Amino acid sequence: MWHGSDIVMVLVRTKVLPGELLHDSYQGQPPPYTYKLGSKLFSLKVGLVEIEGKEVKLIPLAGPYIPRVNDFVIGKIIDFDAFSWDVDINSIYTAHLPAQDVFGRDFSPQTHSLTSQFKVGDILAAKIVSYDRTKDPILTVRDHGLGKIINGEPIKLSPSKIPRLIGKKGSMAKIIESKTKTKLIIGQNGVIIVQGPSEGIVLASKAIRLIEEKAHLPSLTNMINDLLTKESG
Amino acid sequence: MGKLIDENGIRLDGRRWDELRPIKIEIGVIKNADGSAYIEFGKNKIIAAVYGPREAHPKHLALPDKAIVRCRYHMAPFSTEERKSPQPSRREIEISLVLRRAMESVIFLEEYPRSIIDVFVEVLQSDGGSRCASITAVSAALADSGISMKDLIVGCAVGKIDGQIVLDLNDLEDKEGEGDMPVAYMPNLDKIVLLQFDGIFSEEEFKKAIDLAILGNKKVYEILKKALIEKYFGTVDEK
Repeated sequence: MWHGSDIVMVLVRTKVLPGELLHDSYQGQPPPYTYKLGSKLFSLKVGLVEIEGKEVKLIPLAGPYIPRVNDFVIGKIIDFDAFSWDVDINSIYTAHLPAQDVFGRDFSPQTHSLTSQFKVGDILAAKIVSYDRTKDPILTVRDHGLGKIINGEPIKLSPSKIPRLIGKKGSMAKIIESKTKTKLIIGQNGVIIVQGPSEGIVLASKAIRLIEEKAHLPSLTNMINDLLTKESG
Repeated sequence: MGKLIDENGIRLDGRRWDELRPIKIEIGVIKNADGSAYIEFGKNKIIAAVYGPREAHPKHLALPDKAIVRCRYHMAPFSTEERKSPQPSRREIEISLVLRRAMESVIFLEEYPRSIIDVFVEVLQSDGGSRCASITAVSAALADSGISMKDLIVGCAVGKIDGQIVLDLNDLEDKEGEGDMPVAYMPNLDKIVLLQFDGIFSEEEFKKAIDLAILGNKKVYEILKKALIEKYFGTVDEK
């Protein structure tokens, strides 16, 4: 916790719990995962906070996936009707993939069969094209690297810890991929598909579990490196 | 009935007037839930689990601008001395309601429109003050699930036995005493979110009881904080 507005302090990642005071006199809109009461700024989640003068940044350690436009997600087809598929994207809301997105503008439910493309239970990589509080997210698969995923093992990780799995400029993901000889498809929604030989998948899932447990520690990359060198060596 | 407090001011279970029963909190005990917690509060043993926010079913329950909370407080048939019917009793329905209202005041419901947050509380072994223990467990489970909340909630009862205001009644003191007042409290915002009262207090006694309840709640908060930090950051060091 940080008290006193006249001292400028640089704190490196302090642990916070919901309701903890972050700032005595915060100006402007509250940053994500915080809220303001009067001029006081409080935390909304369990997480780590970085305070640098007037800047407050909270990194949550748990929480549901809230869709954002342009997010890359991995989902599972759970249902379909004449015009769209319903996709479970591990979020509060079910996403929709319109049939027009797959079949093109001239889609007609009489001539096209939705099940010819995606069946219930299929896993797919997609991008969110639109979402707001009042409407469910809409997906697209019309881009490079999107579409049905045929092989691989799905692993779930808390969505708030996905940035740690990716690492700075993808460094962490690269380490795991090269050491376990697998390919990771990482969805922002907390679903990861691991493709490759089964020993590699087992190892990669161990690494992901370690990230789940130790996401708050700064020395995570080294720990993952040690784990993978020990296990594969 | 004999005396509940002896001449040295010691209660039947060996506590003084301002002492809590031993409390143990464990976070994340149910893997399938989005958040969960287990609490031992004296002889109370309670599990709380949070599912969601998730899509509301049946759909007509959902509100367009905010989430709704559904709470079930339930006592296991083996939780009491005599077998309790598993059917929800009047008391359980009431506690479900007061827990829900306390939670609604702390969760940022506007952040999750059109969704539902399910909270289940299962009492495995009951003692006095189970609603206060439950609310502490629920707030731990909510924090574990990562749902945005303004503050944690902790609960702790005060009561009157042998004419004296004491902290945290156990089952016997609750039954034989003259008054019982469960209080749930937001420690950072300094607000009371649940207050029920059964018995007769004078005005001074009531004021003393509130102060004592807040004092007790702050002690519970320290334990809850420790449990959450241990779960999320491994150790309780460097603070």
